[in-house]
Amino acid sequence: MSPAAPSPAAPSPATGRMRRFAALVVKESTQVVRDPSSILIALVLPMILLFLFGYGVSLDATRTRIGVVMEAATPVIRDLAASFQASRYFEVELGHDRRQFEDRLILGEVRGIVVIPAQFAAEGAGRGAPTIQVIVDGSEPNTASFVENYAQGVVSRWAQMRMTDVTGGLAGQPAIAVEQRFWFNPELASRNFLVPGSIAIVMTLVGTLLTALVVAREWERGTMEAMMATPVTAAELLAGKILPYFLLGLASMTVCVLAAVFVFAVPFRGSVLALYAVSACFLVPALGQGLLISAATKNQFLASQLALFSGFLPSFLLSGFLFEISSMPEIIQYLTLIVPARYLIPCLQSVFLAGDIWAMFLPHMAVMLLIGAVLFVLAARNMRKRIA
Amino acid sequence: MTTPAAPDLVRLEAVTKRFGTAAPPALDAVSGQIRGGEITGLVGPDGAGKTTLIRLMTGLMRPDGGSVQVLGFDTGRQAARIHGAIGYMPQRFGLYEDLSVAENLTLYADLRGLPKPDRPAVFDQLLTFTDLKRFTARLAGRLSGGMKQKLGLACALLRKPRLLLLDEPSVGVDPISRRDLWAMVEELTRDGIGVVWSTAYLDEAEACDRVLLLNQGKLLFAGLPADLTARVAGRVFKLAGGSGQRRRVLAAALEQDGVVDGVVQGEAVRLVLAPAEDEAALAGRIAGEGHRIAPTEPRFEDAFVDLLGGGPGGRSALAESATPLPTDDGAPVIEARGLTKRFGDFTAADDITFAIPRGQIFGLLGPNGAGKSTTFKMLCGLLKPTSGEGRVAGFDLRHAGAKARNRLGYMAQKFSLYGDLSVAQNLAFFAGVYGLSRRRRRERSQLMVEIFDLGPHLGMSAKDLPLGLKQRLALACAVLHEPEALFLDEPTSGVDPITRREFWSHINGLVEKGVTVLVTTHFMDEAEYCDRISLIYRGRSVALGSPDELKAAVATADAPDPTMEDAFVALVRRSEEAAAA
Repeated sequence: MSPAAPSPAAPSPATGRMRRFAALVVKESTQVVRDPSSILIALVLPMILLFLFGYGVSLDATRTRIGVVMEAATPVIRDLAASFQASRYFEVELGHDRRQFEDRLILGEVRGIVVIPAQFAAEGAGRGAPTIQVIVDGSEPNTASFVENYAQGVVSRWAQMRMTDVTGGLAGQPAIAVEQRFWFNPELASRNFLVPGSIAIVMTLVGTLLTALVVAREWERGTMEAMMATPVTAAELLAGKILPYFLLGLASMTVCVLAAVFVFAVPFRGSVLALYAVSACFLVPALGQGLLISAATKNQFLASQLALFSGFLPSFLLSGFLFEISSMPEIIQYLTLIVPARYLIPCLQSVFLAGDIWAMFLPHMAVMLLIGAVLFVLAARNMRKRIA
Repeated sequence: MTTPAAPDLVRLEAVTKRFGTAAPPALDAVSGQIRGGEITGLVGPDGAGKTTLIRLMTGLMRPDGGSVQVLGFDTGRQAARIHGAIGYMPQRFGLYEDLSVAENLTLYADLRGLPKPDRPAVFDQLLTFTDLKRFTARLAGRLSGGMKQKLGLACALLRKPRLLLLDEPSVGVDPISRRDLWAMVEELTRDGIGVVWSTAYLDEAEACDRVLLLNQGKLLFAGLPADLTARVAGRVFKLAGGSGQRRRVLAAALEQDGVVDGVVQGEAVRLVLAPAEDEAALAGRIAGEGHRIAPTEPRFEDAFVDLLGGGPGGRSALAESATPLPTDDGAPVIEARGLTKRFGDFTAADDITFAIPRGQIFGLLGPNGAGKSTTFKMLCGLLKPTSGEGRVAGFDLRHAGAKARNRLGYMAQKFSLYGDLSVAQNLAFFAGVYGLSRRRRRERSQLMVEIFDLGPHLGMSAKDLPLGLKQRLALACAVLHEPEALFLDEPTSGVDPITRREFWSHINGLVEKGVTVLVTTHFMDEAEYCDRISLIYRGRSVALGSPDELKAAVATADAPDPTMEDAFVALVRRSEEAAAA
């Protein structure tokens, strides 16, 4: 027999390329649809993460239980203690000896002790800042600094009030009132900036983790080898992987945004155009990183570890998602410059909470594309059509 | 046939390939040609360099020395030109398991640039050719091993290649599909296609038009298989008449001067003698009293072993050190009664029954996926049967699995050693697992190291050992605790013939001391070592008997001396006809 009819002239190189590319895209998309693990990573995992961050994590200042020790019961001291009680940040237990609270601080039943010394009244207001002592549990630095800062705030506010009284201003009206106004997120609800941030995390997962896995899987299953012995070029192979996962990344982002707006009631003040523009720019480095990982390792386990350590964790820790970059050590701050999510998160937060700020989006998009370009060049260099 | 003017499709010139500087080269100055219109066998045991050579021909690897020219193109600089004109089927199934048969074909048609109008005809032709027409909608992952290989072949043939590279196409394929596959490939050569068929099976080598025989990266022979076999012409004999004593006869014969190689073949012993002035006289002397000796057709394997300088002797230090087991009671040591295992609605093993008396070798013979390993695992107590029972050394595996396991030694497929542990650590670990006392642990480990000559390698990681040594270590670990039953799962698959002979010398010796052996194999020649065989096919035992009985059952006037594979194919067909009737 003759297994294949002698075919007429081969298609022109350009149509051949397009056809191969289309075939790879169709193949990849079919696999995504059929493979439950892709759907799991692209759609289910994002929802879980979103719900976790939306409901589980809150960085809001809630009422924190502290002990306030009045070493003497002078009117001034009582007045200050009353200010603490009036604060909406604290739930105050009053006492007269710090030893009452020391054990409970160790047990974690109170988060701090504010000691108002007996001589507090004598020092009095007007001669510099009155001195109080704040004892906190240093093993929980976030809570500790929260208690410390807010305690200070209560005292200075109280002092201002006293000052006004002494200088004969209008009763109850401080001379210099600091009126706080929070723009964009007036309720200071952490969910409103956590949810946009977690969308960046989700796109890192789809872009980097999923891409790294699917290429490694082709190596493990031997399909890559068969593929490479066909006329397919390395560039076509790369492009055939990128397009489906690029679209999947955007799809997964869309699902997250819909959930954010309709389930979590996060405001959406920017434009859809801006949302897709910044997301698309972010997917370039995310996919580039995934491809680079998969070019470097041909093993799914290693690929997933590398993707988690070089993609997921930096996006989580070094992007300003949970931890403020400005409060990181300087050297770490420099390190964050190469984390693509660092550029996406402020953009997303603006799109949700503030609106389109193209003056900020454009440079951030440029940097993401630049990082992406570098990663793609590295990936293409490593992904030659060779086994060894 | 090619015209004399047609250039060779592949030219290999002193091709050398190294992986790492410390290891010996994977290919060492290999030269040769592949011609159109022929099946060229790339023959050798695992690790011989077959896959490396094929990958070099595809241009997926570059040689470190020498050159590879394919269809007139240099693989180093013009790999893209080559990819358009060859078909390649890698060793592992290279198609997408989550795509259907039709989708895989379409994908490869697109990748290979098969014009759309041609497709219906080509697909139809290939699906008919491979007999996959009924399965176009089935996911490739759901196909049997044989059907997968056929689909792989179909994809490689989409645009009629000039050169077809097949890397171990018959591994994991049942004998019937293997014959189909071979017939298809033969048909292709009639159109002038050059085919490279790599294999570790020496019976396949014999059927090739031409062979390149590789061993440890070196080319041992290039030419017609008959030319290689000719070197042992007149020196191959079959020694019969030592009824029931064949293992002893073989061991004794192998120790004699003038015997190059020998294996058990059913009830007889097959011997290759050294060249002598009068081979027949030599044969007569070796046979001694009470045996019939007759010349027989030489095989490729006889010549291969001869080329390697002959097989090992017949003595087994392991067997000599073993304490003989009492042979008084006639009770079977290993027994399966109606063993059945179902996974959902799939019956992996269906009513398997047999009994192995002390001091016998029993084989479960069948292709991959037939249910051998399932049966095997039920008898080791690793898998709970759905119904039926298994007994080892008198212990019911359902109630006394641990006790039974202490009496058996298990050598898993691919030698499941701890790759990151050294040879010494592996021995110590298995001694510990079997609960040997400190003193015995030391004595036995020491003995194993001496017997298997592991001394120089004690500090090496098991994963870095060459295949032959890995196999020795695996056997050492399995017999450390002097088990009375040995379970061997594909024990010599892929190892070179010398190592295989050495291995069977040990097993034969142990059996003579009263050890009972259950072995699974898909390797028809290995079945010849067994006293009795059960042919397993699609979960059922199709036939049970001694190798000679099974072969005799299918002998016809046309084929008076069928091979084990002939017997297998015929018996499976017979049982299918019976089921259909």
